Amino acid sequence: MVPLNHYLILSAAIFAIGVVGVVIRRNLIVVLMSIELMLNAVNLTFIAFSRFLGSMEGQVVVFFVMAVAAAEAVVGLAIIISVFRHRQSLDPQEMQLLKW
Amino acid sequence: MTVSTAVFYLVAAITIGSAMIVAFSRNIIYSAFSLLGTFAGVAGIYIFLGADFVAAVQVLIYVGGILVLVLFAVMLTHRITDVEITNRAAGRIPALIVVGVLVYLLAQTVRETPWAKAKEIVYAATTAKIGDLFLDTYLLPFELASLVLLAALIGAVVISRKEIKE
Repeated sequence: MVPLNHYLILSAAIFAIGVVGVVIRRNLIVVLMSIELMLNAVNLTFIAFSRFLGSMEGQVVVFFVMAVAAAEAVVGLAIIISVFRHRQSLDPQEMQLLKW
Repeated sequence: MTVSTAVFYLVAAITIGSAMIVAFSRNIIYSAFSLLGTFAGVAGIYIFLGADFVAAVQVLIYVGGILVLVLFAVMLTHRITDVEITNRAAGRIPALIVVGVLVYLLAQTVRETPWAKAKEIVYAATTAKIGDLFLDTYLLPFELASLVLLAALIGAVVISRKEIKE
């Protein structure tokens, strides 16, 4: 029987890797993938707590997170394709139209 | 160490390893395909936690949906041949400091907090209970989620279509 702490540590590790990906990568698609990693880590925490507290609510919340994650991925990728069509680049550091 | 514990650590290692490839690989194609390992590994851990329905949905939505979508975006936006310049990294040292602090705080929280636990854990099919909760306690969020998905569907089509000059 694996204790709860190990699930939480695993989830924290995945979340931290996702944060690293968002911060150091200079490609919008990889940034989006890293956000998916973080959402997965949070889902894992929800399921682990749902299991160890003997409650079903955590699993229900995971479905809402998945729905929002799917919506976010679809709209995000549409924006990425649109941006690429205009600028021929996906480097977030080149997107500074609003900077003055 | 029993067999199931060993399998848990194996799946966890695969998950973390492919997550690291996603974040650190220089080639965006490798990143996209490693996402498969992460999603499948997380689904395996859901099965360990007795969440059978969530694991199936994870495979359907993430592996079957989001991953294919990401691969399509990669193929649509990049000249695959010049992968070297597509996925550069920036600002490593401040990023690693921030993330180190984050990991430390998370690990401390996990270790210090006395988590409340259920007395005994039962393995049972979860689908019926989830359905009951969706159509009873969480009916309004359930309907809102379908509205969000519809809006995302229309929004994605509107954003990504080609503009037609009149």
